[in-house]
Amino acid sequence: MSTDVLTQELQQGFDCVYEKPDTLTDTRFHYCPGCGHGVAHRILMETIQELGIAEQTVGVAPVGCSVFAYHYMNIDMQEAAHGRACAVATGVKRVLPDRYVFTYQGDGDLAAIGTAETIHAVNRGENILIVFINNAIYGMTGGQMAPTTLAKMVTSTTPYGRETDWIGFPLKMTDLVAHLPGAYYVTRQAVHTPNAVRKAKKAIRNAFEYQKLNKGTCFVEIVSNCPSGWKMNPSDSNKWLEENMLPFYPLGDLKVPEKA
Amino acid sequence: MIKGYIEINKDICKGCELCIEACPQGSLRLSTHINTRGYRYVELVEQNCTGCTNCALVCPDVAITVFREQKPKKAV
Ligand SMILES: Cc1ncc(C[n+]2csc(CCOP(=O)(O)OP(=O)(O)O)c2C)c(N)n1
Ligand code: SF4
Ligand code: SF4
Repeated sequence: MSTDVLTQELQQGFDCVYEKPDTLTDTRFHYCPGCGHGVAHRILMETIQELGIAEQTVGVAPVGCSVFAYHYMNIDMQEAAHGRACAVATGVKRVLPDRYVFTYQGDGDLAAIGTAETIHAVNRGENILIVFINNAIYGMTGGQMAPTTLAKMVTSTTPYGRETDWIGFPLKMTDLVAHLPGAYYVTRQAVHTPNAVRKAKKAIRNAFEYQKLNKGTCFVEIVSNCPSGWKMNPSDSNKWLEENMLPFYPLGDLKVPEKA
Repeated sequence: MIKGYIEINKDICKGCELCIEACPQGSLRLSTHINTRGYRYVELVEQNCTGCTNCALVCPDVAITVFREQKPKKAV
């Protein structure tokens, strides 16, 4: 049976329980099929809509696959040079302290070229939200190794797998920033299953609510996939994520505000 | 069982099949047709959808809208 027929039959007596938020534009995502960036964009924008803060929020887009985030996010957005999103967000927040400010960055952007900006922004306790999409690879430029690439993981620049004895170990940025006094809320989430998506959305909501308190930086890592860079279909990439990424990047809160 | 149904924007769907996997009812499948972008899109093929929203939660392209039957009004 075609969906159209079914739809017409059912419409009366039904409520819409899920639809695209107005905080996303009608522009189609350019992401590869099954890419976690789309889910991460959606839960971020849904949260902004649900909190009713679209008019008061400024986002900073990175360089990487999500460089066009400003085409999709229907709020005030600013593009930053590669890796500099936290520095740009610092400026925005200091000039407009009443706005909610977030950055959205991949692991190449945040954990390679932008390591310094990220660490210092958190260490200064900037009142911003940093959303960190960790797919363990440089997606946009062709699947090269990132600092976050797992040991033995095959990428286009580590065709025999990442050999840690001479290429170094995967960098846990989230664990690193959790130790900084400026960090207020640090958590690691994923978006590969319906339950993970629900939890990740809750974490983003917490982060926006904490931003009101002016107590420091909120850092939400989202362990994600890159079906194209990993050379897998979307379903296999999510299984691979579960079996390989999550043991090394376990989900959960790394730093939560102390209860008063 | 609560009844539901979904609408899939077939021109936005990229046929990633993540919603098919997320559906506990097995209500979805890939169409044999392709959309304007050349992707096989997803269709609701069974009448057993409960409107649980799992498919919409995992859809990376925000292609799914979910509807659920209204709860019967409580008698006073
Ligand atoms: C100064 C500078 N150096 C290098 C590049 C090339 N470059 C573009 S995106 C990117 C990495 C993107 O990886 P990531 O941040 O993990 O995002 P993803 O594409 O995986 O979402 C690199 C190295 C650039 N654009 N500018
Ligand atoms: S290359 Fe990877 S990260 Fe980039 S859009 Fe495709 S799947 Fe997503
Ligand atoms: S999850 Fe979305 S894009 Fe993927 S097949 Fe289902 S409807 Fe299409």
